[in-house]
Amino acid sequence: MNAITTPADWATDQEVRWCPGCGDYAILKAVQRTMPEIGTPPEKTVFVSGIGCSSRFPYYMETYGFHTIHGRAPAVATGIKLANPDLDVWIITGDGDGLSIGGNHMLHLLRRNLDCQVLLFNNEIYGLTKGQYSPTSRVGTRSPSTPFGSVDRPANPCSFALGAGARFIARTIDTAQKALPEILKRAHAHKGTSFVEIFQNCIVYNDAVFDAFTDKKAAADHQLHCEHGQPLVFAKGTKGLAFDAGTMTVSVVDIAEGDTTGIMVHDEYNRILAQLLIDMPFGPFPMALGVIWCSPASTFEAAVVEQNVAASAGKAVDLDALLRRGQSWEIAAKDFHTV
Amino acid sequence: MATALQTAFDNTHPAKTHAETMVVRFAGDSGDGMQLTGGQFTLSTALAGEDFATFPDFPAEIRAPQGTTFGVSAFQINFGAGGIETAGDEPDVLVAMNPAALKVNVGDLRPGGLVIIDSGEFSARNLAKAGYATNPLEDGSLARWQVMAFDISRQTLTAVKAFGLGNKEALRCKNMWTLGLALWMFDRSRAPLIEWLRTKFSKNPHLAEANAAALNAGHAYGETAELDGPLKQFAVDAAEAAPGFYRTVTGGESLALGLVAGAKLAGLPMFFGSYPITPASPILHALARLKEFGVTTFQAEDEIAAIASAIGASYAGSLGVTSSSGPGIALKGEALGLAIITELPLIIVNSQRGGPSTGLPTKTEQSDLYQAVYGRNGDAPLVVLATRSPSDCFEVAIEACRLATQFMTPVMVLTDGYIANAAEPWRVPDMASFEPFPVTFHTELHPEGHINPYQRDPDTLARIWIKPGTPGLTHRIGGIEKGVATGNINYEADNHQAMTDIRRDKVANIARVLPPQTVDQGSECGRLALVGWGSTYGPIRKGVQRARARGLDVAHIHLRHIWPLPANLGDLLRSYDRILVPEMNTGQLKTVLRDQFLVDARPLSKVSGQPFKIAEIEAAIEAALGERA
Ligand SMILES: Cc1ncc(C[n+]2csc(CCOP(=O)(O)OP(=O)(O)O)c2C)c(N)n1
Ligand code: SF4
Ligand SMILES: [Mg+2]
Repeated sequence: MNAITTPADWATDQEVRWCPGCGDYAILKAVQRTMPEIGTPPEKTVFVSGIGCSSRFPYYMETYGFHTIHGRAPAVATGIKLANPDLDVWIITGDGDGLSIGGNHMLHLLRRNLDCQVLLFNNEIYGLTKGQYSPTSRVGTRSPSTPFGSVDRPANPCSFALGAGARFIARTIDTAQKALPEILKRAHAHKGTSFVEIFQNCIVYNDAVFDAFTDKKAAADHQLHCEHGQPLVFAKGTKGLAFDAGTMTVSVVDIAEGDTTGIMVHDEYNRILAQLLIDMPFGPFPMALGVIWCSPASTFEAAVVEQNVAASAGKAVDLDALLRRGQSWEIAAKDFHTV
Repeated sequence: MATALQTAFDNTHPAKTHAETMVVRFAGDSGDGMQLTGGQFTLSTALAGEDFATFPDFPAEIRAPQGTTFGVSAFQINFGAGGIETAGDEPDVLVAMNPAALKVNVGDLRPGGLVIIDSGEFSARNLAKAGYATNPLEDGSLARWQVMAFDISRQTLTAVKAFGLGNKEALRCKNMWTLGLALWMFDRSRAPLIEWLRTKFSKNPHLAEANAAALNAGHAYGETAELDGPLKQFAVDAAEAAPGFYRTVTGGESLALGLVAGAKLAGLPMFFGSYPITPASPILHALARLKEFGVTTFQAEDEIAAIASAIGASYAGSLGVTSSSGPGIALKGEALGLAIITELPLIIVNSQRGGPSTGLPTKTEQSDLYQAVYGRNGDAPLVVLATRSPSDCFEVAIEACRLATQFMTPVMVLTDGYIANAAEPWRVPDMASFEPFPVTFHTELHPEGHINPYQRDPDTLARIWIKPGTPGLTHRIGGIEKGVATGNINYEADNHQAMTDIRRDKVANIARVLPPQTVDQGSECGRLALVGWGSTYGPIRKGVQRARARGLDVAHIHLRHIWPLPANLGDLLRSYDRILVPEMNTGQLKTVLRDQFLVDARPLSKVSGQPFKIAEIEAAIEAALGERA
């Protein structure tokens, strides 16, 4: 019954209002391009967002959409999914929306494992409120609220997600028009909360913060594309990650003549490896991209539905009987005298 | 009260002291099981066919240090023949299980009233803990009352000796011993309670029998005690109630049942998102057990997530409900605005407690009326209803479901800690007596272009409700102002004016469909009207009744609809010379009435954490009328 859709079917008639050159455009394009391939019909799809530049996203998707309040999209999405588990729910959030004001809800969404996709647009800045530093901004970020540079250490979104109990973690880049659709498809296919961090360039307030690995010239040497079952190599196969069991650390090693002996092989099901890939400091290490961790587990809404069904089994749905439950007595009509 | 009660019939027994109604307070350490004793005594009262109202009063601490005055837990019940509206002003009988309970409660006892004391707890150490310099059993300070002191602790230990319990465990049966004595005093049957003990301790029959032995021993003690002492049997009149099926119900239970009934009348599954808080939690607990009625409960990570999830559920086509108490409602404020601007049905229950901040979590107050009516950013109107008693919660909850779904609006239900925990007899209604109000979701395709989700019924101004999943009607809603004609984001000045007006009018116009405000007692004009809302209903009703019986010209008006106010209320209020508004706050409804109707409403405030006493209301009536004379 699903009519075949094209990317244009997923675009609304609303004028897109991000700054010209904003990374959000590229993400929107990739999502609209991927939805026909995913195959869920638009009317079964709901985009839920909080507040921020990124959170305007639902207005541009010809699906059901709910632009909620700052940080609370995970909670609204939880109610939607529990009320109707058939809906395909996507949460769009930013680094401020999802990790500052909404950090608590994100934690609980991930630990509960509601079946939905979280796309966290990380631009390391508060775009909508004109450029204050965010919880993912690096130490020393100069912004209107930190004119002398921020002093607090940033949060690593994927590390947070892993710690919170996420079962699917992927990382990608706004402009990665080949990798991004593949990750969206994987995220969608995963049952449970799929957490996708997308490095998104805010051209106005934080331009080029990710250039060290997103720039065309830097990409090869500084991006590590994780593929399940493949050795963890980068720099055109000349470097790889090795594990030292004695110190329980990873190190970058040179690969001579394509010999990957001793190079770690990516295993999406290995949580320890995921932790290592997420936490390795960029600079000495490359930026790990792709599906870093994927280990399906039962979902929250399925458990809720299952319990609702089990607890209801064999019980009569008789409201009048319910009202009469408990300590009761009857007064017969003959006792009644009016005064 | 739900019961229509008539005058008492005389069943005086020569050997018993006859009373029409009786107020008994059980007080002890919070570990003494006084709430359980009170609850079971209430049950036996119901089974004896008496009308009643209860007032559980317990400390905020779960286990306050033993023997201290702040660890005292009390349960008061007023019972007997008809027309009981409050838990009673002054106890006739006080049961004090330790010095601290005596110290905190004896001052409330009617002069000449009976106090039953466990003298076994009156050690020097316990007296000191309660702050008694001398033993009140010996220093004559209890002379105003009839004192019956005996060693309940030792009596209990003897009674349960055969069961070989440890000393601590054995002493835990003290409350059942006391209950047994109370059953004897009021000539109640022990059988249902022994049955209850056996069910309660079904996994531990040994404990069930020990408790039953304690109960029987307490009862036997009464029977064999010196009859010329102050301990005696009372014959309390039974109520003559309207025929029907009755049960005891607390406000928490009744509200939960009303929500289930309301969702059913609307034809919707219910989603209940909540975060635990005293005294709101009983509603969550009750609903969590009712899954077969299409109820999904969700214990969220905080109150914001609780309301946000309920909004999400309403958006998806369920009836979203959230429940909390003042501090939690404060957290929900921003999300309330979202529900208002997205015009989704939503029910928010506020079980009020003493504030501000954490305030007095276990004490009752009505001080969140401003918060309910005014407490949001922007011009953000919603409907506010208030419950007046445990059984009234049922109808109010149904009314909330009706208004929320018919007008696509959030509805706040104000109840309070007193109502939530108090029990009363409830004449159970037939569901067939309620008119269903089934919701129809919008499914009709738009002829061309896009559906405007803010398309509305010209009469009610309610917008259409489209369930996600409906083909051809995809649309976006959200917290940014939307165009009247398109539903798309719209920042234009005229549009915001128009949308603000619509939101205001939609809620204000509900007044047109509300039944006109009636006068609970008295005439529709006169020298003085008492205007009340919420749980002050009982004492105001009784106070006005007594004043009227003495010939005073006073009327009682009770409001269920706080916002919008009934359409005829302004004219009605203006037909009295004076308006007095008794409230358990510093005058919040008073302010709203002044604001809405420019009437000279005067406050009668009480924020001591305790309900009004009937006598306080009576005195205020006299003062108000006297002042004028
Ligand atoms: C309760 C509340 N507090 C503050 C704001 C202001 N505010 C809007 S968006 C935002 C930060 C957005 O940052 P981020 O989530 O990173 O989104 P971006 O704009 O960068 O995409 C803030 C502080 C708000 N809308 N609501
Ligand atoms: S402020 Fe930054 S994030 Fe926001 S739209 Fe402009 S470029 Fe994009
Ligand atoms: Mg940001």
